[in-house]
This record gives sequence, structure tokens and C-alpha cells, in this order.
Amino acid sequence: MNYKMMGRFLAQILSIEGIFMIPALLISLYCGDTMAVTGFLQSMLIILALTLVLFLICRGAPSVFTAKAGLVCVGISWVVLSLVGALPFYISREIPSYVDCFFETVSGFTTTGASIVPAVEDLSKGILYWRSFSHWVGGMGVLVFLLAFTGSKGQGFTMHLLRAESPGPNVGKLVPKMRKTAGILYLIYIGLTVLDVLFLAVGGMPLFEAVCTAFGTAGTGGFGVKNDSLAGYSPYLQNVTTVFMALFGVNFSCYYLLLIRQWKSVALDEELRTYIGIILVSVALIAWNIRGLYGTLGETIRHAAFQVSSIITTTGFATTDFDLWPMFSKTILLCLMVVGACAGSTGGGLKIARVLLLLKGLRRNIRHMLQPRKVELIRNNGVTVDEEILGNTNAYLAAYVMIVVVIFLLLSLDGFSVATNLSATLATFNNIGPGLDIVGPTSNFSQFSDFSKLILSFSMLAGRLEIFPILVLFSKSTWKQC
Amino acid sequence: MNIIIAGDGKVGSLLTRQLSSEGYDVTVIDSNAQVLQSSVERYDVISVHGNCASMDVLLQAGVKDADLLIAATSQDEINLLCCTTAHSLNPKLHTIARIRNPEYTDQIYRMRDVFGLNMIINPEDQAASEIERLLKYPGFLRRDTFAKGRTEIVELRVDAGSKLCNVRLMDLKGIVGCQVLVCAVIRGGSSVAPKGDFTLREGDRIFVTALSQNLTTLLKNLGIITRRVHGVTLCGGGRISYYLAKRLQRAGLSVRILEKEQKHCEELCELLPDAEILHGDVSDQDMLSSEGFLRTDALVALTGLDELNMIVSLYAAAQGVPQVITKVSHTSNRSVLGSLSLGSVICPRELVCSNIVRYVRAMENQTGAAISVHSIADGQAEAMEFLVEEDTRFCGKPLKEIKLKPNVLLVSISHGPITEIANGDSCFDRGDTVIIVTNGRQVIRQFGDIFA
Repeated sequence: MNYKMMGRFLAQILSIEGIFMIPALLISLYCGDTMAVTGFLQSMLIILALTLVLFLICRGAPSVFTAKAGLVCVGISWVVLSLVGALPFYISREIPSYVDCFFETVSGFTTTGASIVPAVEDLSKGILYWRSFSHWVGGMGVLVFLLAFTGSKGQGFTMHLLRAESPGPNVGKLVPKMRKTAGILYLIYIGLTVLDVLFLAVGGMPLFEAVCTAFGTAGTGGFGVKNDSLAGYSPYLQNVTTVFMALFGVNFSCYYLLLIRQWKSVALDEELRTYIGIILVSVALIAWNIRGLYGTLGETIRHAAFQVSSIITTTGFATTDFDLWPMFSKTILLCLMVVGACAGSTGGGLKIARVLLLLKGLRRNIRHMLQPRKVELIRNNGVTVDEEILGNTNAYLAAYVMIVVVIFLLLSLDGFSVATNLSATLATFNNIGPGLDIVGPTSNFSQFSDFSKLILSFSMLAGRLEIFPILVLFSKSTWKQC
Repeated sequence: MNIIIAGDGKVGSLLTRQLSSEGYDVTVIDSNAQVLQSSVERYDVISVHGNCASMDVLLQAGVKDADLLIAATSQDEINLLCCTTAHSLNPKLHTIARIRNPEYTDQIYRMRDVFGLNMIINPEDQAASEIERLLKYPGFLRRDTFAKGRTEIVELRVDAGSKLCNVRLMDLKGIVGCQVLVCAVIRGGSSVAPKGDFTLREGDRIFVTALSQNLTTLLKNLGIITRRVHGVTLCGGGRISYYLAKRLQRAGLSVRILEKEQKHCEELCELLPDAEILHGDVSDQDMLSSEGFLRTDALVALTGLDELNMIVSLYAAAQGVPQVITKVSHTSNRSVLGSLSLGSVICPRELVCSNIVRYVRAMENQTGAAISVHSIADGQAEAMEFLVEEDTRFCGKPLKEIKLKPNVLLVSISHGPITEIANGDSCFDRGDTVIIVTNGRQVIRQFGDIFA
């Protein structure tokens, strides 16, 4: 494997992370939080040292890169990114235990939003900003960011990186050049984020909170700056966030198609239609189920819509404690956790594209049993889907279920209720954040043991990178010299 | 610039590699999903699966925003249909089609007008013309022509006992008796940018810049026989043989073709009444060693099998045939080929590819890009021709006072009708054409890029 090339990528990613810390450092300086300032400064020095060493070791790397190296590179990058990103929390002593810091950072980069901080409002502004910003970078992907700003010379290996980092069963480029593709994705991303900040600011949210909330929304993360998440904000701000969460759960290539005026292909997109359909039906069912809990119909629908949008896009903001809702509503939310957002969005979960493929595959299998001679192909948006992609999707589901079971099993060692363990597993693996019971929206993950926190960190990383980049790190054949 | 390449075969994939590495936005169309997959994984391109002559597929490939379409599928008719369909969708589109059927050769210019093509490429015909050029100057492994045919970069091998052995480059002028400049040397498979104190050794392959009028002097003074070629033997009776035989006969040479299929032999007999057609298998040792078969001025191995071509060439060279030319289709292992005495190696698809790349660069020429680009030294070095523009720095300054980037060499300057091989005292001026050779990895897009 081309270790030198991977080292170079790692060095570039670390230096980007260091640069990303600058705004947080400035905010800390402005607020005069000495501890936070030292935290960021020391972290940046450590990053600088690491980067220099890596650059020195990895000079003159040959530019050959296999699919395997792409997977491993993405996996390692994310682990290192989280290890290093946790340093400011630790050095500034705002979160005392390093395992907690790591959990919090992984939760940030993987856009999960599961927190171990009991009282968010006690954290300093700079740290809060860094926490939310990690959502924003993690949402679209750090390597995609790297690809957007450092061009590759006509080599196709960057495809391996995009494929390993971007969610969805069938990742492709929008335009021939990888650099332009990544650039377009980030431009759309930045544009939508800025729009969100503007809408929030117009509604009277203070700028700092608006920016942090927008970061959480854009990355479909879920770290808030308030103890009660978004419950304390005005209905307008909640509605704006509902809409933007849903927008960030849409496949970004749809926005690209809108930009190049291909209205029709967006309107006919099967995944988008299913996504909107699921949201509408879930909101209606939950609103009917929780009728009477809130004063007016408007309020009921607002809460239902916010929670559905927050859970299906795997954001994890909350305006109300849905742990108190009736079982039917809670179960719907649990199902939405598994389904997740569209492929190619910043959301997590199985992805609607995969669910569609699985359902279509299932339907074909059943028909085939009844009518063995019938030849049938599976189509998506009218285009035949390759059998290989179907096979991969089935394998993905199998891996998904097995990992969920293993994590569920390991968590049970801590002795919490089944609802807690199952929802904690699903909420982290699908990058949502809050679950039910002990890990419900009003509480957090701080009660778990360090071992469970590490397991959950693994769960979040595996969920964000769609299992395989993290799984290959544990495979013996990955590290075999050949 | 947006380029669509239809057909991801031998030529298509080579073009994809070359054009995408030069930074163009390339979209590849093919009806075979597997080849597309491997192209997308190796090069920074996007792919569209389907029939390239269908409107839907072309639209999907973004033909409306494309600047150039290259149709290089295996079928001439599809290539033509693809170009015309694309042209009707986007009238500003430049189109290049590959037409290789010999039956169409006579109507190629008419076809170009009728179908609105900008260029027609025929790999076999181009290979034939390249071989003909080589046969004119036996001794050179390869010739690249610049500055409207006034300057050439030729490839020579330093053989044992050659006058070039153990000669320092600064002493070279005394031996060859004319102005030359060695711009690249291949030693042990990799290319070196030589300095004045570089000493040539046996087995080196050198790339020499010289004026076209001096080529004969160069050969004579190096002691390389320049007996004119009178009779040529072609092994294999494929399309290249046909084109080459026609060209050679036009130049008054006698041609003998060896072909193993009786039917092909008869066809060739009909098409080439003046050529001597032999029926026999080249892989047959008896055939090769038969009386008088190798008593020829030049042998060109043109069968469809690379391995067979190499063996025939090696045998012929060992038996003392003065000039040997080998055709190969796969050039992925050039360094191995270079170490064998195969004579000149010709690869039709590389020729076609460099021709198209030249066309693409010319399309972009408004911004001072290279007029022509030839890749030399097994693709490890590039020779480029530039026009010196109004705002170029260092005009009128002697070269020894200008600092160039490492591994860049300015090899010749043409002022109007006078062309000179560059030395420390020469200088360039506005309107001159200059040729530079780069051995490094750095990308030279404009002439201004060569200065340090």
C-alpha cells in the first residue's frame, strides 16, 4: 500500500484542521477565555508539529492509489481528525476526561450530535463554536474539502476517496473534474448554510447562536448552544430550522441539477419524492397520535414536523421531549432513524436510495418465486441499476444489522434498559444524537462507562463512513505486506 | 475545454489518459460498462454508458456544452453518425472521427466536407506515413519535425563501436560537423537531461535536434550507412501494409509483402498489382531463412501480433538487415522494448493520440499555448513549439544570461526563414518560433513558463 501518499493526505488534512481552528481561537481571544485560548494554541502547535513530521517523512510519494488505500486513508483520516480535534476540549479543561473529549469530537465530526456535556451553556464560546463547526466540516467531508482545494492531475484515484467518504450506494461525479465536483458541492453547501444563518438572524437569533445552529443544521449534526436544544426559541426559528434540516437531507446533486436548470429530472427524482412522502406521512401520523398533548393544532404540527425532520435527516435537534410521546410516535421516530436521509446529503442512516433498492429487490425476489421464468431488471429513475450495486446494497444491509447487534450487545454490559441501549446504538450508528429513555433529548450520554463511550464512538464513525472504511482498519489483510 | 471521447478502446483510453492529465474536462462514452468503470477509476473523468451515436446518450454526455468530440469506436459508420448527430445538436462543436476502412480512403476529403468533420484520423495510414518517413533516412529510430519542416528531433542509438561512444556532448560538434543539440538521453530506461560534460555510452538512445538540411551530413559523419533504400519487405498484409506499399511504390521503391492467408494475398494482389506478394507464415523459421528472403534493404514487421513482430525484427537485425522497423500495438512497457534491438518502434495509436493532442492544443492556441507538442524519449520528455509573443520577457537577450527552469532546454530558434540550433549566444525575438524540450514533470503551458 502507498503509505507515503496516505501520510501526505493525512498531513494535508491535519493542516486544514489547524486552519479551521483559527476562527475558534479568535472567538476565544475576543471573549477573553484564557483556558480556551491556550487549548486552541497548544492544539494548533501539536498539529503543526505532526504535519511537519508527516510532510518530511512522506516526501516524494508515488501517485498510485488503489481502492483499498482509499478506504484505509479515509478511515485513518477520520480517526486522527477526531483524536486531534479533541485536544482543545482536553487542554482547555472544559471537558476533563480525554475519552469524553474524543466522544464529543467524534460525535461532532460524524454529525451525530450525541453529547456527554451535561450543561452546554457552561462551555466557553470558542469551544462551543469548535463543537458546532466540526459538524459543518464533517457533514460534507474533510477529504472532499481537500479534493476541492488541492487538485489532482488527471488521476482517477480521487474517486476512491470520494466514494469512501460520501454516503450513498452509487457515488458519482457531477462534472468530469473531481476538483470542480468537490468545489460545486462545497459551494452549494456554503450557500445553503449562509441562507440559513440569514433566516435565523432575521428571526432575532443572536449571530453567534445563529451561526452555530446553522452549522448544526447544515451538517445535520445536532449540537446546540442551549441546554434545551431549540425548545426555547420562537416558533419562527423552529420552523426555519425544520425546513433547513429537511433541505440538507436532500441529495446535493438535486441542487446541482436545479442550478443547471434541469427542473424535470429533479421533480421526477424517485428518492426525493419518497423522502418528501415519508416526511409528510410521518408528520401526519405523529400529529394525529400526539393530539391533545399541546395546546393548538398548529403547535402540534410544528412539534411533529420539527421532530420528524430532525430525526429523518439524522440531525437530532429537539423542541420538545419526544421521550414523553406515546409509543406509536416514538416507534415511528425509531424507524425514521434507521431510514435516514437521501444519499449524497449530509445526513446519515441507511439512506432512502438504499431502502428503495432493497424494497425493489425484495419485490423482484417475491415475484420471481411466483413466476420463475419472468426476467426483470431493477430501475431507478428509469435507469437500470447494476446487479453489482444491488449486491453491494444487500451486503451493506447485512453489515449494518450485524454491527448494530454487536454494539447493542456490548452496550448492555452497562446495565441500562433495552430502550436505552437500542436507541443509543441506533442514534449513534445513524448519526442522529438523542435516543430514548436515558439518552433522550433532555438527557445525554455522560452516564455510560468509558468502554461504552469508545464503542459508541466507533459506532458513530462506522455509521458516518458507511461501515467499510472503518471496518477495513480492523481487517488483518489490510495491513499485510504484499 | 470540454471534450467528449466516444469509444473507450485502445485509442480512446490513451486519449483519455493524455487529455485528462492535461487538465481538460473529459467525458467518455462507451457501450461497455466495464471499460468505463476502469477508466473512471484510473483517470479524472466522467463516463456515460450507451451508444455514442444516439441523441439521448450524447445529450447526457453534455454535447451542448462540449467543445470537441472525438469518435474513436471500432466502426467507421458509427463514428460518422456520432459526429453528425452531435454536430446537429451543437453546431459549434469540433468533431474528429476515426475512419480506417481502406475503401473510404479516396473519399476522405469529400466525407470531411459532407459530414462537417474537422479532422479525420486513420491510425494505419498515419503509421504508414511515419514508416515511410523513417525509410527515407535509415539510421534514425524516430523523427519529429518542427518549424514547418525545418528543424527535426531525431532519435539515434549509440551502438558498440559507434563514433559517439564515450564522447562528451561538448565535443560532439567536432565529430558531426554541423550544429546539433542533444536534448534528451535515455539510459537504462529513464530519461536524462544532459549537460555539456555528459559522456555518451554504448546503449544510450539520444534525441538530437538538427536542421533538416543537415540530416544527411549528420548521418554521413557518424559513419551510419546512408545507402538509399530500394527494396522493402513487409511482414503481414494488413491495412498498414496496404497503405505503406502504396506510398512506397509512389516513391519508386520495390515492395514485397509476406502474408499467411491465401485470401488476403489475392486481395492484395488485386489492389497492388506492382507489389510482390508472397504466401507464407512469418513465424515459420524455414520461410525466414529461405534463400534471399532477408536480402532486402529494410524489413518492416507489421503482423497483428506484437510478439511475432518483435521476434521477426530481432531475427532480421541479427541477420544483418540494414533497417528494421517494428510495429507494436501495446506500448505499456516501453523500457523493455527500448533495450531490445528492434530498430524503430512504431505504435499507430500513439501516433494518432499525439496528432489529436496537437489539434486540441491548437484549438486553445489563442492564449499562447504551444503550437505543437511531440512527446519524445518514450513519453518521458516533451518537445514543444511556441511562438514568441509581444509581451514575452528576455527578448533579444543572449540565452546564457537567461535562467531557465531545471530540466528545460531551448533547442532551436527560427527567425523568419533562418533557423538556428540554440547556443549560449543566440537570442529570440518577437515573432520567432522556438522549440523547447522539457524532461521534468513540470507543466509548461505557455512560453513564459520556462523561465525560472
